Amino acid sequence: MQLSFRLRAAILSVALLAAFLVAWQLGTMGGGAAQDIDPEYAKLMGQTAVTGKSAMPGPLDVGRILWGHITDPFYYKGPNDQGIGTQLAYSILRVFIGFGLAVVVAVPLGFLIGLSPLFRKALDPFIQVMRPVSPLAWMPLALYTIKDSNISAVFVIFICSIWPMLVNTAFAVASVRKEWLSVAQTLEVGTFRKIFRVILPAAAPTILTGMRISVSIAWLVIVAAEMLVGGTGIGYFVWNEWNNLSIANVINAILFIGVIGMLLDQMLGFLTRLVTYPE
Amino acid sequence: MSRHFISVEALKRQFPGTEKAVFEDLWFSVEKGEFVCIIGHSGCGKTTVLNILAGLDRPSEGAIIFDGKAVEGPSLDRAVVFQGHALMPWMSVLDNVLFAVQSRWPSWSRAEAIEHARKYIAMVGLAGAEKKRPAQLSGGMKQRVGIARALSIEPKTLLMDEPFSALDALTRGTLQDEVLRLRAATSLTVFMITHDVDEAILLADRIVLMTNGPGARIAEILVNTLPKERTRETLHQQADYYPIRNHLLDFLVRRSKDFAPPPGWDARRPPHVYAGPEKTGPAPAAVIGAATTPAPRSRPFAAAAS
Repeated sequence: MQLSFRLRAAILSVALLAAFLVAWQLGTMGGGAAQDIDPEYAKLMGQTAVTGKSAMPGPLDVGRILWGHITDPFYYKGPNDQGIGTQLAYSILRVFIGFGLAVVVAVPLGFLIGLSPLFRKALDPFIQVMRPVSPLAWMPLALYTIKDSNISAVFVIFICSIWPMLVNTAFAVASVRKEWLSVAQTLEVGTFRKIFRVILPAAAPTILTGMRISVSIAWLVIVAAEMLVGGTGIGYFVWNEWNNLSIANVINAILFIGVIGMLLDQMLGFLTRLVTYPE
Repeated sequence: MSRHFISVEALKRQFPGTEKAVFEDLWFSVEKGEFVCIIGHSGCGKTTVLNILAGLDRPSEGAIIFDGKAVEGPSLDRAVVFQGHALMPWMSVLDNVLFAVQSRWPSWSRAEAIEHARKYIAMVGLAGAEKKRPAQLSGGMKQRVGIARALSIEPKTLLMDEPFSALDALTRGTLQDEVLRLRAATSLTVFMITHDVDEAILLADRIVLMTNGPGARIAEILVNTLPKERTRETLHQQADYYPIRNHLLDFLVRRSKDFAPPPGWDARRPPHVYAGPEKTGPAPAAVIGAATTPAPRSRPFAAAAS
């Protein structure tokens, strides 16, 4: 019997993963026998020098640490050694606050720009100049004015989340089908009712798409921002483990960042499907 | 001053950046309870006339007087059936009609408004489809909802912009019958744009003939002398049917292109013409009442023969 398409894709996925893990294991496994060197020196240098084992951890090392993170995600052994769950929670919280503030600002402002050609023309140069600026470039300015590293990180998320939402909202509002607006006009519908009953539902799918792009960018930026401000968060965790030279932990963090990013994206994807209407 | 229900006076519309007006010096009127079609090639500004009448567009010159008042903007008294149905796809059929009903009577309770909306959905034969989204409906059903929405606000006049042009021939036929039936039941004043000659003959009391744009004018107004009770099945058996049809086709194919005002032609009073044999019946009462001065009765066919 012909296997279903999904099943075949799943089998291929697992096969590719297995091949990758095997190659990884073989590539990092120590090859040669213990060399004849001074035992004191060997002790000092570790396996890297003794058996030719790579400093790069193999999948088994990473898996062992991963298991440790999963079984005990929220441990606290002082400010510099907290569970990965705690660190991720800090990052997610920052993203949610910064992103939430950006929604509150970008959506109404996007409406204004979309509805008023005058504002669109007047604000366009600012948006065009500000949009390509790396959000991290704002960091020193934020640190100087806000004087709080935590809030500065949130501010950076806010700044980077705003643009896709602003641009998408303005575009969506400006391109609401003219005939729907004509219907509202001939029915003498008031401004607020028109905004909430006609323009908002018509523009919602595109606005949500903007939010989806924003949240992905916010998640990209938070790692870098936390590397700079330090203290807590997954970005700090990555940098801290680099300083510890714990590559296995860095690889683990990459894995977790990827999974959380995927979940955030799927969450917004789900919301987008809720407001999408078939034409 | 004006005793007409709708009076179009010296209407001109020129879009910015164009050299010539789409149309200029349009004069015609519609009486209460009358069904008037406007016919002409695309680009002659039919839709613009309707939009100005709906209050969605502004004339460059001239004005439209509706029920004694100049048209300044959109009004719930003038309902529009749009060419592409213009239903909100995120609302159900009921919500689409309800949106209009609640705009008309904001003080009504929700239950009252729903009952009213249901009545009009049933009137266009869609009872039972209230919960459906527009995307689940066929083109004909969508346009029925569009008509129900327009009628539900109980307007003084219905403006239809080629409402059936996007539909297949069979669906168009049933919807035309529906419009005939609804009109008999409500005696609404209707102003409709069409490019379908048979549709105009079936539905209209008078047919306004527009020349090609830019610079379009009203060449003449054809009085439909067919008896009021018409059906699609027997339309072509009526004595006047072919003369009227030929007159319209002749205008659209030949005369609309290079219309030159004949001597005595007055833009303020486009001539009312009668197609067909000399013995054509009297003009509809509405038109006689409408004419401030007796409309000149020209007979283009007789003239062409001589």
